[in-house]
Amino acid sequence: MAAKAKKSGVEAEKISTVHKAPAPKKFNKETDLKAYKDMLLIRRFEERAGQLYGMGFIGGFCHLYIGQEAVVTGMQIAAEDGDQVITSYRDHGHMLSCGMDPKGVMAELTGRVGGYSKGKGGSMHMFSKEKNFFGGHGIVGAQVSLGTGLAFANKYRENKNVSMTYFGDGASNQGQVYESFNMASLWHLPVIYIVENNRYAMGTSVSRSSAQTDFSQRGASFNIPGMQVDGMDVRAVTAAGEYAIKRAREGKGPFILDMQTYRYRGHSMSDPAKYRTKDEVQKMRAEHDPIEQAKQRIIKSKWASEDDLKAVDKEIREIVSAAAEFAQNDARPDPSELYTEILI
Amino acid sequence: MPIEILMPALSPTMEEGNLAKWLVKEGDTVAAGDIIAEIETDKATMEVEAVDEGTVAKIVIDAGTEGVKVNSVIAVLAANGEDASDAVNATASKEPAPAQEPAQETEKKEATPAPEPVSISVASDPDIPEGTEMVSMTVREALNSAMAEEMRADPDVFVMGEEVAEYQGAYKITQGLLDEFGPKRVVDTPITEHGFAGIGVGAAMAGLKPVVEFMTFNFAMQAIDQIINSAAKTLYMSGGQMGAPMVFRGPNGAAARVGAQHSQCYAAWYGHIPGLKVVMPYTAADAKGLLKAAIRDPNPVIFLENEILYGQSFDVPKLEDHVLPIGKARIHKQGNDATIVSFGIGMTYAVKAAEQLAGEGIDVEIIDLRTIRPIDLDTVIESVKKTGRLVTVEEGFPQSSVGDHIASQIVQRAFDYLDAPVVTICGKDVPMPYAENLEKLALPNVDEVVQAVKQVAYKD
Repeated sequence: MAAKAKKSGVEAEKISTVHKAPAPKKFNKETDLKAYKDMLLIRRFEERAGQLYGMGFIGGFCHLYIGQEAVVTGMQIAAEDGDQVITSYRDHGHMLSCGMDPKGVMAELTGRVGGYSKGKGGSMHMFSKEKNFFGGHGIVGAQVSLGTGLAFANKYRENKNVSMTYFGDGASNQGQVYESFNMASLWHLPVIYIVENNRYAMGTSVSRSSAQTDFSQRGASFNIPGMQVDGMDVRAVTAAGEYAIKRAREGKGPFILDMQTYRYRGHSMSDPAKYRTKDEVQKMRAEHDPIEQAKQRIIKSKWASEDDLKAVDKEIREIVSAAAEFAQNDARPDPSELYTEILI
Repeated sequence: MPIEILMPALSPTMEEGNLAKWLVKEGDTVAAGDIIAEIETDKATMEVEAVDEGTVAKIVIDAGTEGVKVNSVIAVLAANGEDASDAVNATASKEPAPAQEPAQETEKKEATPAPEPVSISVASDPDIPEGTEMVSMTVREALNSAMAEEMRADPDVFVMGEEVAEYQGAYKITQGLLDEFGPKRVVDTPITEHGFAGIGVGAAMAGLKPVVEFMTFNFAMQAIDQIINSAAKTLYMSGGQMGAPMVFRGPNGAAARVGAQHSQCYAAWYGHIPGLKVVMPYTAADAKGLLKAAIRDPNPVIFLENEILYGQSFDVPKLEDHVLPIGKARIHKQGNDATIVSFGIGMTYAVKAAEQLAGEGIDVEIIDLRTIRPIDLDTVIESVKKTGRLVTVEEGFPQSSVGDHIASQIVQRAFDYLDAPVVTICGKDVPMPYAENLEKLALPNVDEVVQAVKQVAYKD
């Protein structure tokens, strides 16, 4: 009976969906310094964005990435040119990590013509065809189907690229995420689902919103394997990213990375974050900060001195100041822009 | 009593079919559940099961007969213990309805007095070269050939949706595409509209040209966030860097007797959204030319078809590459006394009303919008300047209908040319009922259109 079922293809292939995270990647000096610098750029950029928001230069919603920098930085070290990135509205870090110009990103935040979307997108909606960044999406979970579609296009074109599809623990409860999981697995699409599990879906903690809090196993019903990763350690992220990307590039289909991370700031600028204690935030900052970890490691390895790193910090501050300066002074889009780019 | 075996209706919209094959012959005994015949429709081949037990007394319709109307007698069964020849005689005296005249059709014809035969001046489409040879084609064949031609021309075009490949399309619009283009380009999806619509948009953002088929647009409500928030808005939100060059297509509006959740027109819904183009053809020529244009269009296009129109035949220009402009209405019939604007299946009411009105000496101009967005108001305004009277016809709900928009625009832009208030004919403001009589009441009808034209022409 069993043999007959097997022959007809009825019996599903039994695979373990629990994969063990590899040891953190051993970075060389160059990579460790690059990771430090990239994460610091995101941190300083976001701090400045928060400041500009307070000054009224940035309007609407503004979701900062502070605390989560290791996730996109580590993944981009693992990725290759041609791989696409798509994420939610908490997207500034992803854009900087994709190599988009901080000036263009900041100018979009202030709604100026030099912004990536000419001021018509805003904080949540930026794109760069050139850098393979596909947004910037404001509807929670929608980017998961879209990112799966990018992977569909990769497979269709047989180009060996992989789609890096980011979403949060909150989006993980949206129905279309599972519709996408099903098709991605069915069609062996080259997509990495990166769950940026920062423990709070806006103000609702993971334990209050999620029946299964191990997000790496949210694909078990679809035979999609996954692993939990220390998302505060950029080296751990890169190691896990390389593992998943290699599989996908070889045609083995999707993979889920549950990146355990933390957002220091509120969900958006208007969130006082009363749903958690100050101590909780302070403990994460003191014991797990991704940038501080990298800094201590670099100094310990004698790859750079405190003074060297201060110089790096100064360089980053200058880049961010220039971006802020540009974003505050650049022209607003011409009124004629209202009616352009609705249709081609 | 002998038992008449009738031609069964195998789908909500089936009116006739081909009796492909008999699996029994006269004199055979059959039991309930036995398969006795095969019937072909334009959608599928289906088996006919015996419902009663008995002996096949007479096969009335021979195998291979085409166009057998639903409910006509195809065979006579003698019940157990009955003599077969008696059974035949018994039914013969009752004169079974001839195969060409189904009972249902007569009711419609009686509804209005037969008009005097008049010549109708049907305008030619200026987008089709004069003297082009025409071939008769169903809307279904037109849509199918449009996709096949565009897939041949551009390897980035692919079709995805439920049952589009191996099943050959729930309504057979994708018939044969799998054979020609293979499973990579004709993709069967699970039943997961929200998910595959999003995957389609993502693939389009990456530069492919998906044709996403919804089995019906009613199911696309599950996917409407991806259609509106992702497909329609990305070009604007990205400052022109990327968009979604794709088509969402499928049957829209009421079919027949499928109830409230499966009978709704989305023309006004999608017509509301900047960043979309919305096409809703009536004729096969427009279906073909506009679907080809939609696939080539770099914007997301909503292509609203209609199940009842799928099997209807029209003249289609025999051209190597028949492409029509999106956003341009077509004057279906020229006239001077009043203007009827309609689109899609609404045109069927407009055309019949115009024929009837012609018999009463009222010469109506009919404009087939063809495209809902961008809407060709200039053509409507030109016509209103001539006739001074306007009636719109559609099956959708009345509030915020396409007709409402046209009426408001005409009031704002051509008020001085109006000789009467605009009348908008829509479906009634109710969920679609199932009962046959109530469904008929919920939809527009020819008489309503006739009365509306008389009202605006002050001829009632």
